[in-house]
Amino acid sequence: MAEPILSVRNLQTYFRPDEGIVRAVDGASFDLYPGRTLGIVGESGCGKSVTARSILRIVDRPGKVEGGEIVLRRHDGRLVDIVGLDESGAEMRDIRGGEIGYVFQEPMSSLSAFYTIGNQVMEAIHLHKRVTEKEARDRAIELLHLVGIPRPEQRVDSYSFELSGGLRQRVMIALALAAEPRILIADEPTTALDVTTQAQILELIRKIQEERKLAVVLITHDMGVIAEMADAVSVMYLGKIVESGPVDEIFHAPKHPYTQALLRSIPSVLAEPRSRLATISGSIPHPYARPPGCTFNPRCGNFMPGKCDQAPPPATTLSADHEVRCFLYGEGVAT
Amino acid sequence: MSEAAKADTPFVTAAEEKVAAATQLQLTWWRFRKHRVAVISGIVVIFFYLMALFADFLAVTGPHSTDAARSYIPPQAIHWFDQDGSFKPHVYALKGRRDMRTFKLVYAPDPSDRRYLKLFAEGYSYTFLGLFETNRHLLGLDRGVPEDALFLLGTDQLGRDVWSRLMLATRTSLSIGLIGVALSLFLGILLGGVSGLYGGVIDTAIQRLIEILRSIPTIPLWMGLAAALPSDWSVTQVYIAITVIISLIGWTELARVVRGRFLALREEDFVTAAELAGASRLRIIFRHMVPSFLSHIIAAVSLALPAMIISETTLSFLGLGLRPPAISWGVLLQDAQNLQAIAIAPWLLLVAVPVVIVILAFNFLGDGLRDAADPYG
Amino acid sequence: MNSGNPVLSVEGLKKYFPIRRGILRRLVGNVKAVDDVSFAIGKGETLSLVGESGCGKTTTSRCILRAVQPTAGAIRFGTEDGRTVDVSGLSRTELRPLRRQMQMIFQDPYSSLNPRMTIADIIGEPLLVNGIGDLNARRRRVAELLDVVQLPLAYMNRFPHAFSGGQRQRIGIARALALNPALIVADEPVSALDVSVQAQIINLLLELQDRIGLSYLFVAHDLSVVKHVSHRVAVMYVGRIVELASTDALFNTPRHPYTEALLSAVPVPDPRKRAKRIVLAGEVADPSRVPSGCAFHPRCRYAVERCKVEVPTLQPVEGGGMVSCHRAKDLSLSGVAAPV
Repeated sequence: MAEPILSVRNLQTYFRPDEGIVRAVDGASFDLYPGRTLGIVGESGCGKSVTARSILRIVDRPGKVEGGEIVLRRHDGRLVDIVGLDESGAEMRDIRGGEIGYVFQEPMSSLSAFYTIGNQVMEAIHLHKRVTEKEARDRAIELLHLVGIPRPEQRVDSYSFELSGGLRQRVMIALALAAEPRILIADEPTTALDVTTQAQILELIRKIQEERKLAVVLITHDMGVIAEMADAVSVMYLGKIVESGPVDEIFHAPKHPYTQALLRSIPSVLAEPRSRLATISGSIPHPYARPPGCTFNPRCGNFMPGKCDQAPPPATTLSADHEVRCFLYGEGVAT
Repeated sequence: MSEAAKADTPFVTAAEEKVAAATQLQLTWWRFRKHRVAVISGIVVIFFYLMALFADFLAVTGPHSTDAARSYIPPQAIHWFDQDGSFKPHVYALKGRRDMRTFKLVYAPDPSDRRYLKLFAEGYSYTFLGLFETNRHLLGLDRGVPEDALFLLGTDQLGRDVWSRLMLATRTSLSIGLIGVALSLFLGILLGGVSGLYGGVIDTAIQRLIEILRSIPTIPLWMGLAAALPSDWSVTQVYIAITVIISLIGWTELARVVRGRFLALREEDFVTAAELAGASRLRIIFRHMVPSFLSHIIAAVSLALPAMIISETTLSFLGLGLRPPAISWGVLLQDAQNLQAIAIAPWLLLVAVPVVIVILAFNFLGDGLRDAADPYG
Repeated sequence: MNSGNPVLSVEGLKKYFPIRRGILRRLVGNVKAVDDVSFAIGKGETLSLVGESGCGKTTTSRCILRAVQPTAGAIRFGTEDGRTVDVSGLSRTELRPLRRQMQMIFQDPYSSLNPRMTIADIIGEPLLVNGIGDLNARRRRVAELLDVVQLPLAYMNRFPHAFSGGQRQRIGIARALALNPALIVADEPVSALDVSVQAQIINLLLELQDRIGLSYLFVAHDLSVVKHVSHRVAVMYVGRIVELASTDALFNTPRHPYTEALLSAVPVPDPRKRAKRIVLAGEVADPSRVPSGCAFHPRCRYAVERCKVEVPTLQPVEGGGMVSCHRAKDLSLSGVAAPV
């Protein structure tokens, strides 16, 4: 496979509010390749959104990237460690939008109500490219057309509140693509949308990815969306990537008890009507009260006393790109 | 069936159980405690209200006793140790003499005439907390009457002791704030509640009334109302009238807060749930809605209080509010209004210090309460 | 299921929200949030209302609970003593004794519990306001209910802030059960929960139904969840029911093009089943400007001339379902089992 465009190694992003410390991301590692989609899946509090925000260096206070590295291969071939950059420095601003475009869950709050959508797309173009006003406007219309907004020549002058949720999310994608980034981070891009609109947006992301050989990070809690879109999957639970591997192996040969349980517990349209679901007992612990050892141990069906609750399990490599953090596999074979 | 229950119980420590079963009041208090400035401000506010409560006890001389021979005495130095070095706070008696060039009275301390300070000394008689007659005061002198020799903050033109007058002024000003807010609160909750609960025409009418009241510039409104007060009214009557005038504006803000909360809460799911359970309207209001915004009200009140106090001070300073012989901060500051008085007796401006302290303390306290009030927010 | 009198039958339910403009608040039109909806729910049955945002499913459920006053139509409840009462026109006081029959589970487990009340007070409130039992009896009933929803009794004196979303939803369910209602309206009861907790709540709802013969009106947008809880499903589009059928029939052999598209759009949690989706063009119609004829025709790939002019009505089809489509007889649509 080609060189990764982005490599994250042992990323640690911690929040230190007055009450204690929350290890929102605790040692995440993954690689991103052009033209491929990495799905990061997990439930609330697993750190999937903070991971995305760490890559963009837009973690909210009191959070901070405290360790690890995020190596980006820039368009000129230079390797840059994003962790070492100044959050608001010139290079980081250039990377944000220029190299990495991003789409968030709530398009309403990400778009300004004071400027037309055209203004906003043009601003994004101006930030990274030296173009005239006329060129930027043409480019904006082109982008709106690309993301499937009907009558873009007219819509370019409308305001975000005049658009439906689906159209707003399309505008967000146009914004993210304005400076022709090579990476697209989409954080729950369809969660606020209806199912038929979701299908439209996923289709759009897939189409653009094929055309532009984008590397996509798709962050979601929805296993269905992951199965639909991802090439590789990282499953997160309470700040750790508990399992990562190719999408087919994750869904058809999951190894971590959490992945297995999660897959069993999701409702499916293919299930028998009124069939009971397998459940994961208990609920996700409070971020201040993370259990010691493997964080999944109190809810795990394969809990081994004296082992799982002692130290966190190391990563075990099962095949070339399938890794799991669980004591059930290859005792202590660290990578 | 109990599988889920079991897994839900694991790490419950005693401390967590304490938080889990904590009432709203406790949570608010825990949060408030962390806001250090607000806590200190709270203590300051309590201190001032205690001062107001025991104003007569803290005063040393009768606030109305005048003597032209004691006019404009500057604040006095207290000597803490006696000649033999023992701790015996005392002041020197003053000897007044007229400077024949300026015709100004100048006072010289007389080191030979020492007056020792005494706790729980006898002075003018007053009614303690409205309970019984007494003439004991916190401070006094071992011999002679304090009127003649004890001037902690100096005296004014008529020879009245500024310290004693400040104590009584604090009582008036702070109590006007409290009563004014109580009145605004009553009007605010009543009209705001009716407005938010019933909506429709009543709501529109009350909202327009509030807008009209708020659009009138306050000072001319006060001036007009104050000018309408009959000049032969007694001090008490004027006091009550001024309180009513001030709270006439104050209630509008509170009414808006209450209405806003009612409107927001009407849409809350837990209110719908209570309605579906068959709870009566009264129960929904008093069990579900009012407790939810009580904390907001307390915060709003602690922010409204300083505004009331400032209003009274402003009115009285302009000569539109309380008038002598009533004593309030505004009345005292009025004495310091003319340039001559300030040039000769700058200590008269000291009255502004407690005003600033109290207003600041109330604002910090209000901020702290507002932040702490919504422990779930 | 479906034995004897229905617990609830709704006929011709309409809810219009007037649109007023200008200073004189002149009526310029109506948002037809619910437009002529009819269905019935039998004892022990779950009927799901599904559809996308703005389709009127939530307004329908609120009308039934009379949290919203319906514009027209009948809402008939079968009471415990076998009578049938139309609640659509009852006043607040007349309604109160009937409230016991129908309770609700809310979507948001955070705003549905009063943060100022203990769990015991929250669950016990329906008992208290209806004057059922004394303090001790109520306390016992609360304990019983906590057991039913699988929460430890020790939690009784805690406040809601100490609980996770899933636990709060259990508390909400316990409160809904307190008065032994015949019908529970569940408005998106699991959509705010984490995946691993969703399953617990779905199973609990199924278990309760089997144990006490509850009827559910289940309002949801997630078809996967709907498949796991429903006996029958009604699909709504812009204020109307377009198809009503048994769960099996609806998912396997949908009869309405909108149902087909909806099913096709659901992502299946299996990468080997990545299929070509039917991607609907455009957006859900605005209920204040409903298209002429069949409201779905501008997005329908099977639409013919007739669909633009004539409003279809809900007609029975073979197999027991009802569908509102002019072409129902000549279309053969695909469900979830077969690839498109």
